[in-house]
Parts: sequence; structure tokens; C-alpha cells
Amino acid sequence: MTSDKKHPPLVLVVDDVDHGREIFAEYLEFRGFRVATAADGLEAIEKAHELLPDIILMDLSLPGIDGWEATRRLRQDPSTSAIPIIALTAHALASAHDRARDVGCNAVVTKPCLPKDLEQEVRRQLAAARPAEGPAQP
Amino acid sequence: MGSVAHLDVLPAPRGGGSIGAKAKLSLVDALLAEHEARPCAVSALRWLAHHAGVERAVCVAVDPESGRLAGLTGLGVPPAAVEAFSLDLADRAHPLVVALSGGEPVAFHDSGQTVPRPFDTPLGHASFHAVPLGNAQQEMGPGLLLLTGAGDGPVTDDILWAAELLGTRLAALGYRRIQADERRHKRERSLLLAVIHAVTDPILLTDADGRILIANAGAETLLTAGEEKREGWRRAVALNNMLFSASLFTAESGPTRRELLLVDPSEGKELLFEVLSTPVAIRAGENGIVSVLRNVTDLRRATEEIEENYRRLRLAEAATRAERDRLDLILNSVLEPILVTDPAGNIVRMNPPAERMFTFPARRDGREGRGGEVERRVQANDAVFTSFVSNLYAGQSLRWRGELNLLDPRTGATVPVEAISGRVVSKHGEETAVVTILHDLTEAMEKALLYEQVKRHSEELREKVREATAELAEQNELLRRQAFQLEQASALKSQFLANVSHELRTPLNAIMGYTHLMLEGVSGELSAPQQDKLIRVDANARHLLSVINDLLDITRIESGKMPVQVERIHLPELIDEVMTEVEPVIAGTRLAVTRSLSPDLPEIATDRQKVKQIVLNLLSNALKFTPAGSVAIRLDYHGPAGEISIAVSDTGIGIAEENQKTIFEAFEQADSSYARRQGGTGLGLTICRRLASLLDGRIALASRLGEGSTFTLFLPANSRPA
Repeated sequence: MTSDKKHPPLVLVVDDVDHGREIFAEYLEFRGFRVATAADGLEAIEKAHELLPDIILMDLSLPGIDGWEATRRLRQDPSTSAIPIIALTAHALASAHDRARDVGCNAVVTKPCLPKDLEQEVRRQLAAARPAEGPAQP
Repeated sequence: MGSVAHLDVLPAPRGGGSIGAKAKLSLVDALLAEHEARPCAVSALRWLAHHAGVERAVCVAVDPESGRLAGLTGLGVPPAAVEAFSLDLADRAHPLVVALSGGEPVAFHDSGQTVPRPFDTPLGHASFHAVPLGNAQQEMGPGLLLLTGAGDGPVTDDILWAAELLGTRLAALGYRRIQADERRHKRERSLLLAVIHAVTDPILLTDADGRILIANAGAETLLTAGEEKREGWRRAVALNNMLFSASLFTAESGPTRRELLLVDPSEGKELLFEVLSTPVAIRAGENGIVSVLRNVTDLRRATEEIEENYRRLRLAEAATRAERDRLDLILNSVLEPILVTDPAGNIVRMNPPAERMFTFPARRDGREGRGGEVERRVQANDAVFTSFVSNLYAGQSLRWRGELNLLDPRTGATVPVEAISGRVVSKHGEETAVVTILHDLTEAMEKALLYEQVKRHSEELREKVREATAELAEQNELLRRQAFQLEQASALKSQFLANVSHELRTPLNAIMGYTHLMLEGVSGELSAPQQDKLIRVDANARHLLSVINDLLDITRIESGKMPVQVERIHLPELIDEVMTEVEPVIAGTRLAVTRSLSPDLPEIATDRQKVKQIVLNLLSNALKFTPAGSVAIRLDYHGPAGEISIAVSDTGIGIAEENQKTIFEAFEQADSSYARRQGGTGLGLTICRRLASLLDGRIALASRLGEGSTFTLFLPANSRPA
């Protein structure tokens, strides 16, 4: 997996709610990222293995395999264990956030979240994982 | 005697003898036939009366033993007069004594009525002749014949003959009698001595000088000792003599009885004698003393033994009495009635408590007592008791126990008693008494009754406690269930709110997200009015979000689910952070914001995030509600109170006094329209105050409407150690 001007970072947006996926996907694509989406935990794991994204935005409340479980599995798999994962949740309680960090999320962002703020967090996590990479600011 | 001169004493004329020899011989025969003086004299007087014409005569004779002239027999005179006649021969001047020794008959003439003779005879006043008996050669004849008769004629020869014959005969008889007397006396004396010697008690006769005249064997053993006796014996005898002689002095005046300690010469033992001494005449003018000694040594020992026994008896009696007194004392000191009955069933002893039940009280007022209620009750008690005791006598057991119902003699109340009787049996198995003690059961029964009541009450109480406990357990269970339900409800509520929050945020995310996309121009350029309207959508969405967040906070605080994380914090740093966060807001105003920190501010231990939230909230409010002027933050340390304070002052709109109390209530804002314009939720101060109390602190408010407000957060400086 590489990313440069021709290959900007690939962001996997996981959310079971269509508009949830659409807003962040559309905005991130608008901002120059490549974006893939998944609607549930199982799909998120499959897409992660398939695409090996640079970063994953993981909604926690998902049907079937939820975000926590999906994160845990991804962290267990060596091929995906290093991918930064930002938990994206409408849960406001600290317990939900703590559980997310416990299973291996690098950051937790509470919804509602302005797309602009989310982009900042994504860039921060990418920078932490791979300094000097990432698409140039528009 | 002077009276003798009056006597006409004449020699008796002698007449011639005319009585035949044959008659004279009959007198001789008669006199010889008799061997006693009196029958001889009687015979002689009869003969004279028959043969010599003597009418009255008296024969008097000399009694050599008494030395008197006494009447022997009489003729024609009363025998009592003969008996009464007695004349002392020592009265030698007496005419009759003179006549006795004269040897001749003497005539005593009747001297007439006027001059009585100075002596009396059985013949009275008549003239008489006194004819001496025996022959005239005798100095003193054996007697006289006093006779009257044949006129005053001279005494005939026949009479003289008869007198001589009678005198001779009487003299002969008198000699023989003396001889017989002497023999008799010797016999009697030896008999007497034999008797005296035969007596084991020492008897002795002593003369006035203490010399022993007669002594029996016993006395001789004690008081005489021959040369053949050994020295000790003789000394003991000498000692005895001395002791005895000394004791005799007291006996001279009359019979005496005394004790005398002598020594037994043969054994040397001391012997105690009781000496009876009686003075006796041993011969004319000389007295002696007869002493009888009774050996009372054994008697004394016996007496002493008897006295000792008697003393012991007295002691034993005293001891018995003392024992009895003590027994009385014991019996009387026992508070319960005690009765002693004899085998016949009669009550022989009782102590005062028993007396109260079984005797009549002394009648004082006459109302109570015999015949009354009291007597009836006492008799009833007696009957009950007697019946009980007779049971014991009927049975074989030594002890007997029973319960009796007696009556209180005074009140008539029933007294239940427990009676315990015991037989008293002597050593010989003889039943002597029955002792009964009565134990009043009234109290025991009352106690039992009381105990029953207490038990019943206790049971009731226990039942009540059991019920109450069951009820309590039920209540507890109910409470536990309620608590569980509440917990569940609370959890459900929290979960619900969390869900609500989640469900609200999701669409809010879409609203804010799309709005943002459009404003960012993702969907192409927007006209100015479109942009304005989308900004309004954005602002309202943000407000909704803050309301949702505040609601969630309050819920968490109220449900106790707001965690407190204590750490040491440096307040100046915290204020820096707050200032940085509100910098954009400050920049949008024309307010002068200042801060001042006391130099002695300590580090405090508290929840950093919550303090920051409070200060941020207060500062935001100050900025919101201050259209112009300044906002100041001031931190102070109050050492004595152990507090730090963070005060946020503004020159804003202020809060009316009537609103200052309710300003901390949920959804209260002094001016809601203004607040809404400023984007407040109305929950900020409520959350601040609740967070402050969660940190053991408080928030104070000082404000004047139109002049500004000062909100001050006080926190403990040391209460939470790091």
C-alpha cells in the first residue's frame, strides 16, 4: 500500500447508516482521499483484508459483528493490525469510548462530528502512523 | 420442925396378951406362906383385924432404894391414900421417922379440928398408934404399923407380937430381895455390857474428867492400846484420845451431835465419826457423858457421791433447759409455722407463727375471739392439721408431705400450705413426737400465676416479634425488590438516555454533516441567502447538541454515574487552558478579560476535568451576559477555612435578587430570550453547582441587576489527598 499524488490515502468508512457513510465519504473524496465503504462489521473486515486501507473510520454500533468486535479481529490479524482505526460513534458515554480504546482504536470521535473536524483527525492519525505522507492540503 | 412441939407424943401403954397360940400360929403360917412384902402385910393386917379388933390400919415400909417411907397396904382406908403416902427418911425430925427408930409404939392423938397435924396419913385426923415393925434392937425397923381401933387403949402385946413378927418377916424378905436385886443388877449389867460390846459403833462412858469408865470393843480399839501394840498404833490412840477429849467439852451442857475425825490405829486411815454425846448422872452429884460414835466415813463418801450426782443432775438439767431454751429460740425464730404433736395427736408445742394459725388471739375488744369467726377458722385449721398428722401415724414412712388449705384466722383468706412432717423416734424405737413445718404456698402460687402470665405475655410478645420480623423480612424483600427494580429502572433510564442520546446524535450528525458539506461547497456554490439559512440550521443543530450533552451530564450526576477522578492539579495551568479555549469567543467581543492569581495558591487534589468544566461554564456565561465592560477571573487561597476560590466577575446584565435563588435550577435563566439568543441551554449553572458539590465544594453568587454578577467556586484545599 502506497499513497502519493496519484495514490492518495485510502480511507475505509464503516457505517450501517447510509447518510453517515455518504457525508464522510463524499467530504473526504472532495478533500482528495480515496474512500471505500462498508455497511457492517463483517464487510468491514473483508474490505480491510481486501483493500488494506491506510485508515479505517469505524462506527461502533453495527448489526452483526459490531465495531468493537471488528476492531478486535482486525488487530488480531497481522495484515491489518497496524492500520489506524478511528472509532466514530454517536455514543456519548465514557464507557463506550473506553471499550473502543481497549479493543485497539487509535482515537474516538463522537458524532455529530463536522466533516472538517473528522478530516483533521484523519490527517493527525495518518501523520502519526506515517509521517510526511498524505495528500497535500487543498 | 417447929410444929413438933404441938404433938402430944406419949409412950404406948401395953396391954396383956389374950390371943391363943393357935391363932398366933396361923399368922406365922400366913406370913411364911408369902414371899413378897405386900402380901405379908395384907395377911398381917387381916389377922389383926380378926384377932385384935383393929379397925383401920396402914402398913408403911422403908424403901432402901429411894430412902423413903412408903405405903405398903391398908385396912379400912382407900388404897389411893395408901399409894400416895410417901415420906423422906432424910427428914429425921419427922414424928413418924422418929417413931420408926424409937423401938416403941407411939400414940398420935386426934388434935381436934382447929389445929391440924402438920403431916398427913392415910388414916386422916383420927387418933392412931404408930407401932414400929421388927424388934426393938434394930436402929431402924423395916416399917411402921399405923392403926386405930379398940378405942384409945394401949397397944396390946398381941399387936406388938404381930408387928414384931411382920417386921422380922419383912426384914428377911427385904434382905433376900436385895440379894436378888444385886444378882439381877449384875445380870443386867453384864447383859448391858454385852449389848454395848456387841454394838459395832464405839460406845463409851466417861466421867467428868474425861476418864473412860466404860468402853465397848469398838471404842477400845480406837482409844486404848496395850503395851504390846506397836508404836504407830499407840500414837494413833494417843491422838484419838486427845481429839476425843477435846470434843467432849462441848458436850457437858446437854446432848450434842458433832463430827469427829479420828485415826484407825490398825490401818492409819482417817475415819469420820458422828459423835452423839449425852450427859448422864453416874451417881449422886456426879455426871458423866455417854458417847456413841458412828462411823460415817463411808456415809460421807456416799453423801459426797450423792451430792456429786445431784450436782451432775443439776448440770444436766441446766444443760437440758439451755438446750430447750435454744430449741425454743430456734423454733421461735423460724418464720414458718412449726408444730410438735404427741403420739396422741395433741399439739404440744408451736412457734409464734403456728400460734397465729392455731390459737385464738387474746380477747381485747371482745369482738373477736372465742365463739366467733376466728375460733371457727382455728378449729377448721386444727381439724385439717389433725387429719394430716393422723395420716402420718397411720403410715409407715418417717416423713410425710402434703398440701393443706388453712384459713387465716383473722381474715378468713385461704392459705395454701405445704406441710412436711417428720416422726421423732427415740433410741428405743419409741415414737415420741411428730414435728411439722408448714410452708406458705401463697407466694409460690402467686409467683407461678405471675410466671404463667409472664410466660403468656412473653409468648404473645414473641409471636408479635415473629410476626413483625416476618413482616419486616417481607418489607425487606419488597424493598430489596424495589431497590433492584429501581436499580434496574435507573439502569434502564440511563440506558434509555444513552440510547436516546445515540439516536438523537445520529440524525444530528446527518443534519450538521450535510449542512457543513453544503457550506463547504462540496455540492457547488451557494447563493448568499442559501448560505445564511444553512448557517441558521447549523447554529440550531449545535444548540440542540449542547442541550443533549447537558441533559446527559445531569442524568449521569443524578444517577451517581459521574466518575470522579482525583489528581493533583496546578490551578494556574488549568486557568490557562480555559482561557485558550474561550479565546475565540473573547476575540469576538470587545470585553476586557483579566485574571489575578494569589501567589500562595496551593496545589489541590480534585477532578481536573470537572473543575475545568465549571470554570469554562462560568466564564462562558460571563462572556455571554456581558454586552460591554470587563470580565475578571480571580483565584484566592483562604488558609483558615482550608479553601481556594475561583471567582468570575462581570459587568454584565446582573441578576435580580428574586431570581438569584432559582438561577441554579434546571432551565432557569434570568432572561430566557436573551439566553437563547446567546445559545445557552439553561442547564449550565445546574450542572456547575452539582459538579461543585460532587467535589465537596460550592458556588456562591453575588449580583445586582444591571451592574454585573460574581460567581465564586469554593473548593476544599486539602480534603482530597493525592
